Amino acid sequence: MIKTAVIGLGKMGLSHAAIVGAHPEAKLSAVCDTLSLMLSGVKQYNPSVSAYDDFNKMMEQETLDAVFVATPTKLHYRMVKAAIEKGIHVFCEKPFSLTLEQGRELVDLAAQHKVVNQVGYHNHFIGTFREMKRLLAKGIIGTPFHFTGEAYGPVVVRSKSGSWRSQAAEGGGCLFDYASHVLNLIQEVIGRPVSVKGTLLKKFYSREVEDAVFSSLILKNGLSGTLSVNWSDETYRKMSTSLMILGEKGKIICDATELKIYLKEENASEGLSKGWSIKYITDLALPVNFYLRGEEYSAQVDYFIENVKNRTPGNINTFEQALYTDSVIEMLIKDGKE
Amino acid sequence: MDKVLFGDNQFFAVNHLSDEKSREQARRFKDAQSIMYVLDQAIDLGINTFMCTTHDRIAEITEIMRNNSGRYSRFNIFPCMPYAHKYANAVTELGPLGAMKQYLPGNIFSFAAKGGLALLNKDFSKFMEMLIDAELKMFRGINTPVIFIQNVLTDMILGLGANEVFAEYHAYIKKKYNAEPGYITMNMPKLLDVLESVGIENPVICSSINKVGFRMSGGRELYEEYLRNRTFRPVAMQVLAAGALRPKEAIDYLGQFPKIESVLFGASSKSHIRETKELIEAALS
Repeated sequence: MIKTAVIGLGKMGLSHAAIVGAHPEAKLSAVCDTLSLMLSGVKQYNPSVSAYDDFNKMMEQETLDAVFVATPTKLHYRMVKAAIEKGIHVFCEKPFSLTLEQGRELVDLAAQHKVVNQVGYHNHFIGTFREMKRLLAKGIIGTPFHFTGEAYGPVVVRSKSGSWRSQAAEGGGCLFDYASHVLNLIQEVIGRPVSVKGTLLKKFYSREVEDAVFSSLILKNGLSGTLSVNWSDETYRKMSTSLMILGEKGKIICDATELKIYLKEENASEGLSKGWSIKYITDLALPVNFYLRGEEYSAQVDYFIENVKNRTPGNINTFEQALYTDSVIEMLIKDGKE
Repeated sequence: MDKVLFGDNQFFAVNHLSDEKSREQARRFKDAQSIMYVLDQAIDLGINTFMCTTHDRIAEITEIMRNNSGRYSRFNIFPCMPYAHKYANAVTELGPLGAMKQYLPGNIFSFAAKGGLALLNKDFSKFMEMLIDAELKMFRGINTPVIFIQNVLTDMILGLGANEVFAEYHAYIKKKYNAEPGYITMNMPKLLDVLESVGIENPVICSSINKVGFRMSGGRELYEEYLRNRTFRPVAMQVLAAGALRPKEAIDYLGQFPKIESVLFGASSKSHIRETKELIEAALS
C-alpha cells in the first residue's frame, strides 16, 4: 500500500483524499489543514487517518510514500520542497508555483531525488481532449491555420470576495485559476506558446485580480491563436473549457463532453467521414474504479499512484510541464501590464 | 416509491453528453414558469414524483405548489441535497468560512448563539444537521417521503471512510423528517457494503444502471451481481447512458432485474415523457 497524505482540505484536497481513501493500492494515512472543523470531522469519523494542523509536525511524525499538496499556491514551494527532500513522491495542485525561480528549483529537485511528480491539470485525463491530441498528432486536419482556447464559468459574479483566490500575490485571479487550465491544454495538445501579444487582463467584479484574460498566443511551430477566458460569466453553470483548431483539411472542436470533427475529405484510416463526425465522452471516458466528480479526477490519481508503485516517472502533467504553463502566465502578466 | 421518477437535470442545464445542449436548456428553462409548464405536463400524464436537487430555483417551484395545494396536495418530491456547485463556487469565491456564513441558517450571530464553531468542532453531526435543515427548508409543507444525499457528497463520505456519517444521516432523516433516507452514488457496490456495515438495512440506492456500463464504477458485472443477489431498493438513473442508448433497448435491459423499484429520467417534451413513462412501466411490471 502506498502511504499517502493530503495537505489542504479544500475542494481539491477533499476530492483527492476521498479518491485516495477508496484506492485499492493506496492508504490515506494522514491529512493536514488549518481549519479545525475539517480536522475534527476526520478525527470523529475516521480515526485511522491522522489529522494534523501543522505541516512540519506531520512530516516529522509520518512515514509517507506520497503526498498531495492542495494548499493555496503560495504554500506549494515550501511544502513540495520539504516532501521531495525526504524522497516523498508529490502530486501538487495547479497552478504550480508563484515564481519561476521557485518552480525551476522544484523541477530540478524532483529530478535529482527521482521522485514521481505530477500537477493537477486534470483535463488531460478527459477522453475527449486525449482523443483530440491523438488525432492532431496524426495530422488529420493538415497544416493548422488557427486555434482558440476558451474557458468560462461563474466563480466571481458579484463585487465581494474573501478568499485567497482574490489576492494576486497568493496566486489568485482568473489567470492563475481558470486560464492556467486552458494554457496547459493548448501547450500539451496543440503546442507550446513562445510569445503573447495584445493581452487584456480585465477586472469586472474583483478589485485586486483580473476576472477575464484575452490574448493572442504564438506557438513554437509558428501557429498563432486566441485565448479567451472569463470566470465571471454566470451564463455557464460550471467551468466549461474548450479548444478549437482549424486547418487546411478541416477543423476540430473539443470540450469535456464532445469532440466534433469536420473534414473536407474522408479519412478512412480513422473511420471519419467527409463533413461532421461527433465523438462522445460516453465512448471515450477512462474507466475508473471509484468515481467522485468526473472520471478525470480519479484517473489522474490512479496514474500518479501507478507511477509511484512502479517507480516510473510518468509523462503526463509533470512539474516541468506545469512550470512551462507558469512561464506563459508570466508572459501574459508582463504583456498585460504594458 | 413510484416506478417512474421525473428528474430535473433538463431544467438546470445538466447534460452529460453535450455542454452545448446544456446551454440550450438553460435558455429554454430560464424561469420557474417554464419548468412548471413541463412539470404540469408530466403530472397530467400520471407522473406523481419529482426528484430534484436543492437548486435555488426549486424554492420557487415549491412555492407555486404550496400556493396551489389543491392540485399538488398528493404530489411527491424527492429532494436530493446538496446542490454541490452552489457550495463549490461559494468556497472558491469566499473561502470555507465565508461559504459557511452564507449558507448556514439564519445569520452568523444566531449560528454563534447555538454554539457556533466551538460546538461544531466537538460535534460534527450537529453541523451536518444544520446543513440538512438549511437545504430542506424550501420543502416545508410538501410531501417528501424519500430524501436523498447527492452523489458527490455520498461518494466523498464513502471515499473518506467516514462511514458513521451515513448512520447519523439515516437516523436524522427518519426522526426529524419522518422520511426514508436515500443515497445517490456512482459507486453502488462499494456503498451498499459500507451501508450494511453500519447497520443500515435494505437502503434506497439510486445509481447509474445501463447496458453500456456508463458511470458504473466497479464494472457492469459487479453491478448486475448486486442487483440480482443483494438486499436493497435500487433506483436506476442514467439508464440511457447520457443518450448513448435508445430508450427501448435501454429500458428493456432493466427488465431483467426485478429488484429495481424505480427509474429516474428527465425529458422536456410531452411525447418523450409519455414514451419513456410507458416503457418504464412495461419493463418494471
